[in-house]
Amino acid sequence: MTTLAAAIRAPVTVNRRLVAAGTFIAFGLIDILFGLYAHRGDATFAFSVSGAGVHVPSIHAPASAVAYALGAASILIGLLRAFVDQPPWAKRLSIGLVLLFFVVSLLCWAYAGSAIPLNVVNLLQGTMNLSIPLVLGALAGCMCERSGVINIAIEGQLLVGAFTAAVIASVAGLWLGVVTGSLAGGLLGSLLAVFAIRFLVDQIILGVVLNVLASGLTGYLNDRILVTHPNLNTGLTFNPVKIPGLGDIPIIGPVFFDSTIFLYITYAMIILVQVGLFSTRWGLRVRAVGEHPTAADTVGIRVLATRYRNVILGGLIAGIGGASLTVGSVGTFTKDMSSGLGYIALAAMIFGRWTPLGATAAALLFGFTNSLQATLSTINVPVSSFLLLMAPYVATIIAVAGLVGRVRAPAADGKPYVKA
Amino acid sequence: MKLELTGITKHFGSLVANDHIDLTVEPGEIRALLGENGAGKTTLMNVLIGLVQPDAGEIRVDGKPVVIHSPKDAIAARIGMVHQHFMLVPVFTVAENVTLGLEPTRALGLLDRRRARSEVRNLSERYGLQVDPDAYVEDLPVGVQQRVEIIKTLIREASVLILDEPTSVLTPGETDDLFRIMRELRAGGRSIVFISHKLKEVQAIADTITIIRRGKVVGERPPTATDTELAALMVGRPVQLRVSKRPAQPGDVVLDVQHLTVAGEHGSPVVDDVSFQVRAGEILGVAGVQGNGQTELCEALLGLRPASGSVLLNGRDVSHATPRDRLRAGIGYIPEDRQEDGLVGDFSVADNMILDVYDRRPFASGIALDLSAIRDNAVSRVAEFDVRTTSVDTATQTLSGGNQQKVILAREIGREIKVLLASQPTRGLDVGSIEFVHRRIVEQRDQGVAVVIVSSELDEIYALADRIAVMYEGKITGFRTPAVSVEELGLLMAGGSGAGRPGTLPEADRSSTAVTEKSGSSARSGPAAEAPADPPDDSAPGGPP
Amino acid sequence: MSEQQSGSPPAPSQRPPPAARRPSASFSRTILDAVVKGSPTVVTILAFVAAVVLGGLLIAFSDTTVLHAWSQFFSAPGNAIAQAWDAAAAAYSAMFEGAILNPHTVSAAFHGGSVGAIFYPLSQTASDATPLVLTGLSVAIAFRAGLFNIGASGQWVGGAIVATYLGFGISLPPVIHVIVCLLGGFAGGAVIGWIVGELKARTGAHEVIVTIMLNYIMYNFLSFLLGTPKALQQPGQSNLISPPVAASARLPHVGGPPPQVDAGFLIALAAAAGVWWLLSRSTIGFRFRTVGANPSAARSAGMNVEESWVLVMLIAGGLAGLAGAAVILGPVQSITFNSYGTYGFDGITVALLGRASPVGVVLAALLFGALHAGGTAMEAATQVPSSLVQVLQGLIVLFVAAPPLIRAMFRLRAARAAGLEAVPKGWNT
Repeated sequence: MTTLAAAIRAPVTVNRRLVAAGTFIAFGLIDILFGLYAHRGDATFAFSVSGAGVHVPSIHAPASAVAYALGAASILIGLLRAFVDQPPWAKRLSIGLVLLFFVVSLLCWAYAGSAIPLNVVNLLQGTMNLSIPLVLGALAGCMCERSGVINIAIEGQLLVGAFTAAVIASVAGLWLGVVTGSLAGGLLGSLLAVFAIRFLVDQIILGVVLNVLASGLTGYLNDRILVTHPNLNTGLTFNPVKIPGLGDIPIIGPVFFDSTIFLYITYAMIILVQVGLFSTRWGLRVRAVGEHPTAADTVGIRVLATRYRNVILGGLIAGIGGASLTVGSVGTFTKDMSSGLGYIALAAMIFGRWTPLGATAAALLFGFTNSLQATLSTINVPVSSFLLLMAPYVATIIAVAGLVGRVRAPAADGKPYVKA
Repeated sequence: MKLELTGITKHFGSLVANDHIDLTVEPGEIRALLGENGAGKTTLMNVLIGLVQPDAGEIRVDGKPVVIHSPKDAIAARIGMVHQHFMLVPVFTVAENVTLGLEPTRALGLLDRRRARSEVRNLSERYGLQVDPDAYVEDLPVGVQQRVEIIKTLIREASVLILDEPTSVLTPGETDDLFRIMRELRAGGRSIVFISHKLKEVQAIADTITIIRRGKVVGERPPTATDTELAALMVGRPVQLRVSKRPAQPGDVVLDVQHLTVAGEHGSPVVDDVSFQVRAGEILGVAGVQGNGQTELCEALLGLRPASGSVLLNGRDVSHATPRDRLRAGIGYIPEDRQEDGLVGDFSVADNMILDVYDRRPFASGIALDLSAIRDNAVSRVAEFDVRTTSVDTATQTLSGGNQQKVILAREIGREIKVLLASQPTRGLDVGSIEFVHRRIVEQRDQGVAVVIVSSELDEIYALADRIAVMYEGKITGFRTPAVSVEELGLLMAGGSGAGRPGTLPEADRSSTAVTEKSGSSARSGPAAEAPADPPDDSAPGGPP
Repeated sequence: MSEQQSGSPPAPSQRPPPAARRPSASFSRTILDAVVKGSPTVVTILAFVAAVVLGGLLIAFSDTTVLHAWSQFFSAPGNAIAQAWDAAAAAYSAMFEGAILNPHTVSAAFHGGSVGAIFYPLSQTASDATPLVLTGLSVAIAFRAGLFNIGASGQWVGGAIVATYLGFGISLPPVIHVIVCLLGGFAGGAVIGWIVGELKARTGAHEVIVTIMLNYIMYNFLSFLLGTPKALQQPGQSNLISPPVAASARLPHVGGPPPQVDAGFLIALAAAAGVWWLLSRSTIGFRFRTVGANPSAARSAGMNVEESWVLVMLIAGGLAGLAGAAVILGPVQSITFNSYGTYGFDGITVALLGRASPVGVVLAALLFGALHAGGTAMEAATQVPSSLVQVLQGLIVLFVAAPPLIRAMFRLRAARAAGLEAVPKGWNT
């Protein structure tokens, strides 16, 4: 009796306002610490990319001063949050600003007095590239879970997508590579769909098992065939495509409009899934199935068919994400190259509250930390970059523990629909 | 439109839920379906809206036979239902819920929210059903949610609306509102089938009342029929189950409940300032239609539900004790849902026998279980309680309902308890098992246990109770002796006259420390005479042996 | 409300007795009945057979010689099939020889060769099975209490970190050192598990998410420690590898002249015995099982469900941590940034195959351990990559979920199945 359970458990009730304010102030204090520990000198932020039309001058920022200023600003935001009632947009803006200030302070500290400038554009480009599979994976997760099926197998879908794309591209060209990569993801999705919807296997177990299978199968085929036949793993990749006009805008251009086709596919997917789920009749029905399948059934919506369709579509999207790992990036397939990205995508989806836009924001955040870690590892930073890599995971735990508000999955997520 | 049901019959296994039911609803009529829980009303309605297929019978709309295989067919036949448990998506807006399945769209399938809003507003204004199309359903009070459900049926142009126990979640004010809406809909030519167990309401709103009992139609009456007549039809004459029972010899007060209140989800409390006392050696039967707070009362007494007020066990305050401590203090509990809360289906009979005493001697010393002691205990209990099972190692889910209940009984009665809380103890059992359970309960009472039985079966209440309390909408509406007439009891159960009169509830005003006598005050009203079951003096014999 | 007599399970549609039909039909019917009734052994064996067959096909048709022969199937069908068979058979026999017994060593022993070599494959199997037993127990015990422990991997890391540090960082006399390291390993994993349990009990956070996230937190934490001089970094090394543990902390081989057994394996068996005792003979285990089978009934019987969750996750974490310790103190001796390998996820498949019972876990771990040990040998002998083992593992577990599939095909009523049909749960439990 779930009402019984709900009635008994005494939840941790936290005054969210104080928690948020306290966190902002804490960040501000850390910023000031960065300022204290920074070396004498300026941190240089470069904004140009070689070969760009317009040359944007670099910023030489006095590292400590900037860190202090940003720290003070964060503390101010924290105080505002504690004592002033704010509408939701202001709250989100606060979080964004505090995080931004934190990152800038961190960078000031890391690059203070360094001869090497930090190329912000490269950092952001790296973010975009690293985020593509995360965003696509998270979108795939949204598609599945919004209709009520848990998809732990995003990792496996990315992997089979990467493998298939690399191999087919080597044989039949890049475009066929992407298409077959997508289909491979869809195939894994249909396995998930059949076992979860028809045979009522527990969806979490199923997802884990499918991941094991995907890893094993691609690993085996890699070792057995690709290693001895490198012609099947030639590492072909798409060339970046610069959008005329938009791609020449300083700073923004190289980041958002100068990349492989996968970035543009991702833009399209974000829009399609967001609009689809929340502004179309199709999406309304999908969400009804995920929240209250019996109610949907009583108005004539076909619950099971909807779930099958969504899970397979999700798989197709994840397959594209997988393809981006090979033909959109490094080219050759290596064993287990998805290395946990599927799980990060799952976390992004949860962190983003099962909405495409939210998931995208979360995925970008996670991608940014990865990119930042890669950048910092090229210079001598006193603190290990691994700590930075932990951040997305810690954040997700905090989110799931309800410390930043209720994270609520679609109500019928994970529960198979059996007609009474 | 005219709706005719002829000979509708539905079996669920050996249970006959609907037994050749005939029902005709004329256009522009409000027809009430009156009956207790389990009478078959909801099954009948599920047949009508396509969620259940009847074994026999025919449905005609305006004279023409229709076949209803699915909710879609029902919608096509212009039949709409407002379920007791709403079919609304909480995180959607009113407009989204109402238009789900018939969403107005612009190009490319994009939702036309403006048109949806205006459609909802039109219906809302036309029928006086005030709703805000953009409000999220989960934020709305229940009465408004119900209006949304009604609009859902109207937008599908339902000519027959079925309302299944609509007032069970409404306040009196909201109920009046609902009646007003129903009258408007009737004026517009629609027919309404109004399912309820509440007499007053049915008399207030219906044009004709059809009474259903145990799957059959037992009568049709106009709303001018008397309360007593309707109540009698609804509950029927009690079958006197012969339980040979000595008169009770109650001792001291064992269980003292004062002002127990359990908050409900819908704002009004689901257990509302309940007070009563039970003495050693007496059985208090709590009668009432299911859903009036009895379940929550039992859970609160056991500590499974947070509640305010006080619960004293032999003078000891257990109001804030954990369920474990209350069980240890001597409360025995037979839960209403034996499979969900009483037993672990996968576990063996032996393991289930010790579910609440597994970590005590002799079944365990320290953290080690004594398997042979567990086994021996099970073997002897199985024999003592005549549990039909191949062995004590079989999983309880393979046992019949009666035997499952025996296992629970054996477990609870087998330890030393001072209070036995039994909730619907013979639900779903065969006659033999019922008899067995009743005998054991009386035995416990004779050994000095204070017994509280919650039952919606009046036969059982009459057979077992030494005193009867009736619950309606979370309150106790009256205390009676078993000599009370069925009609009066039915009235109290259905919220009829006699409910809530102050001064007729002697226990309500007791302070928690006073363990005094019930004097022969005007404790009981009505035709029932004072029964000698209530000993007037302190030094009564009986009590714990 | 419709009331159903809760009687004995409805009888499945009765088939005519086998004697009345042709013998071959009755045999297949018997098999199907066994599968449908879900006798776990039968299901596992069938799953194994099915996986082996599919694996064999995979081996054969990823072999270029075989593919070449099949391209000329119509001219030489016999050859094509023979080639396929040979490829699979060669791989599988190499696997067998690497995991169980290599006949050559037996005959060699008779000719004065080493007797110990006969037992080498088995001891390799036992060695590979050791961490699987422990992580399998970790997942299994949590499962019995109703929780998914996807975090055995992170808990493994937690234990391994502590064990490694105690291994090289302090010095103690030989036997005591090992014991202290093992206990430390248990504690390290237990802390991680405890976090998961507490979060679930206090905030309702779903353990699947928390454990997956903790896995990655621990992986990164490990790398962090390996890169930090005062922590786990090997002096003078910039690679992410720790100093090796002292000799006094290493797990020895036990037993006289061959056969010898890895102490780690014995510890794993002891742990399995301990978990068995805990689950079936102790009050704590009784509580775990009740909470896992029916939390409502557990509450009504006065059990504290949340407390049970915390305790079981603590124990589960400890077991996985012990696995980490066993690996570092045993075959590996130093910890690197990816030492955790697939132990955690293998533990999940072992627990699933072993139906979450300690005995089943040991047997499943031995099976998968044999596959691992055999896989290495197979790769050395026939160039069939050892990653085939993971495919076999996944297929076996997937087929164990197959009874519903077969049942559905024949539209037979559900008997109590041994499949993966645990009550499907969602995020919002």
